Amino acid sequence: MSTTEEKLTGQQADNTRTGDAVDEVLDPSVNKVASTDDLGRNYHLFVAGTDEGDQKLKPRSQTTARELLREVGSVLRMSEADAANLGELPDDPEEDQTMIINMGPQHPSTHGVLRLMLELQGETVLRCKPIIGYLHTGMEKTAEQLTFMQGGTNVTRMDYLSPLNNELVFSMATEKLLGIDGDIPDRAVWIRMLLSELNRMSSHLLFMATNGMDLGAVSMMIYGWREREEVLRFFQEVTGLRMNHNYIRPGGLAADLPAGWRDGVLRILDLLPPRLDEYDILMTGQPIWRERLQGVGVITPGEALALGATGPILRSTGVEWDLRRDQPYMHYDELEFDVVVGSYGDAFDRYAIRLAEIRESMVLVRQILERIPEGDYRIQDKKVTPPPRARIDESMEALIHHFKIFTEGFKVPEGEVYVGIESPRGEIGCYIASDGGPNPYRLHMRDSSFVNIQCLPHMMRGGLVADAVAIISSVDPVLGGVDR
Amino acid sequence: MSDDASTAQEQAEVAESVAPAIHGCPVTDSNGQEVIHASVEQYLDVVKALADEGYIMCVDLCGIDYLEFMDRALPADIEPQRFEVVINLLDMAHRRRTRLRVQVPEADPTVASLFEIYPGTEAMEREAYDMFGILFADHPDLTRILMPEDWEGHPLRKDYDVGRIPVQFKGANA
Repeated sequence: MSTTEEKLTGQQADNTRTGDAVDEVLDPSVNKVASTDDLGRNYHLFVAGTDEGDQKLKPRSQTTARELLREVGSVLRMSEADAANLGELPDDPEEDQTMIINMGPQHPSTHGVLRLMLELQGETVLRCKPIIGYLHTGMEKTAEQLTFMQGGTNVTRMDYLSPLNNELVFSMATEKLLGIDGDIPDRAVWIRMLLSELNRMSSHLLFMATNGMDLGAVSMMIYGWREREEVLRFFQEVTGLRMNHNYIRPGGLAADLPAGWRDGVLRILDLLPPRLDEYDILMTGQPIWRERLQGVGVITPGEALALGATGPILRSTGVEWDLRRDQPYMHYDELEFDVVVGSYGDAFDRYAIRLAEIRESMVLVRQILERIPEGDYRIQDKKVTPPPRARIDESMEALIHHFKIFTEGFKVPEGEVYVGIESPRGEIGCYIASDGGPNPYRLHMRDSSFVNIQCLPHMMRGGLVADAVAIISSVDPVLGGVDR
Repeated sequence: MSDDASTAQEQAEVAESVAPAIHGCPVTDSNGQEVIHASVEQYLDVVKALADEGYIMCVDLCGIDYLEFMDRALPADIEPQRFEVVINLLDMAHRRRTRLRVQVPEADPTVASLFEIYPGTEAMEREAYDMFGILFADHPDLTRILMPEDWEGHPLRKDYDVGRIPVQFKGANA
């Protein structure tokens, strides 16, 4: 690292910018250490190009056999005989009969800035490679600069369609490290469950909207947004924000539910069922809708498991796996609900599962409403809980305590922990390593979309370009989570 | 600091005495979660054995740079290295999870790729390579995934500065 710095200062001294020098600095084998002083003066040196280079889909002649297999979506381990035939893929045409095209990163149906490179023969997709990173802002690095107290503001922006689930998993991991995961007041836990389920509904409602839009059901787009807005309006009442709430925090919640919250929830529960029935009329039973989705983007249970897919993708193949039921966290084991599974593993199953999960979440919300107890909304542990606002006005100690907790944060014991919960898109996991300080030493989010998009090459192979859009949509990736 | 070191030592000792070794690797307990400490050489074989035992899915794989925290708690016979690769395995039939921590030396940051066992680790290994410069032998397509291909350095390393964007008029006389 010191060598790089020397190089940079040396360059400043003679103030020349020869091509060689630039090459030397851009040499990827040199581990760059950007001291901030250098950064200002040698800014041009640090602005590397933004070429994806080898990340792109290359012509077959430049692709290795294993890479090729990956791009055609081959998933399971092959027999020796199959492996011997690598790269031949007998049904595939010669290179000069195919075309490599780009889809994205700026295409409306790519759900953000997902870029797909497709190899086509006519209208048939032969190979596919997702290229990501266009929304990468280094949130895991940012997390290391923020205290555990502030971390919620960061993680909530990752998978921005399920912010409350992100906050929840981060808070649960932090609480586990602190050893207070069993002491969170019941009311806080039940409110967390309520918000988590409402968030699942809002996320799936947005899926209904985008899925409809991708397939040309444009009125569905408006309907989906409209219903989601009702849920977000409730979030705004509770947390103050429509998205990126920072409401669930280590130790409990930021505030108690506001007066009249129950009416807000009941209003959503009354409003949604007839509208979901409308969706059924508009889409589920409609022949064009079925034609577009049934048998498209099929994946088998074995393949989904091998690719690490979770959530509706895995359940669409018939694997009953829902962390809420199978590795219950909070109080999900006390509630009655069904895990919705499909049987064909196609895009229609994934659509139908999400629609059914909205209804299932409403069942859960009704049960939660009956069971939310009175009590405290956060743990009364002086270490993590700031003093109540009223105390600050009358007690110097409380003021100091408040100041300390918000400026320095609280220290979290050494150790590492992984917590996974069921987000609308599958398992979202939070891995935190702590060195005993107030900031996470390392925070890693296992984002379900990041893993799920690996299914795309497999689902695309042999399908039509028009189906590619339906397939991306059915995976429901959120690029904020993919790129973090 | 000496305080921290002694508690770390205690934790390691306690944890070690609790759990028997799995496939020749020491096992510790981290906040109630099972952690297997495999060496780079054992890594692939241990994961294969665990996969055969029913760990059907590799849920997560990530890297860590322990440059500033070398005195962390580890079993006595595990030598701390700068990098770690951490994987989370899930056994759906028995509803259990386990975690593997592999010490990866800075001098030769290479571990085996799990692609043949769990194809779903492909993107996660690329991410660990991109962010930490950890190499995965036999990975089908070890390119960067989040950063542009010609980016220098590995951003999540601890000696990679967060950097700043030059601000206009910052030095101006008020």
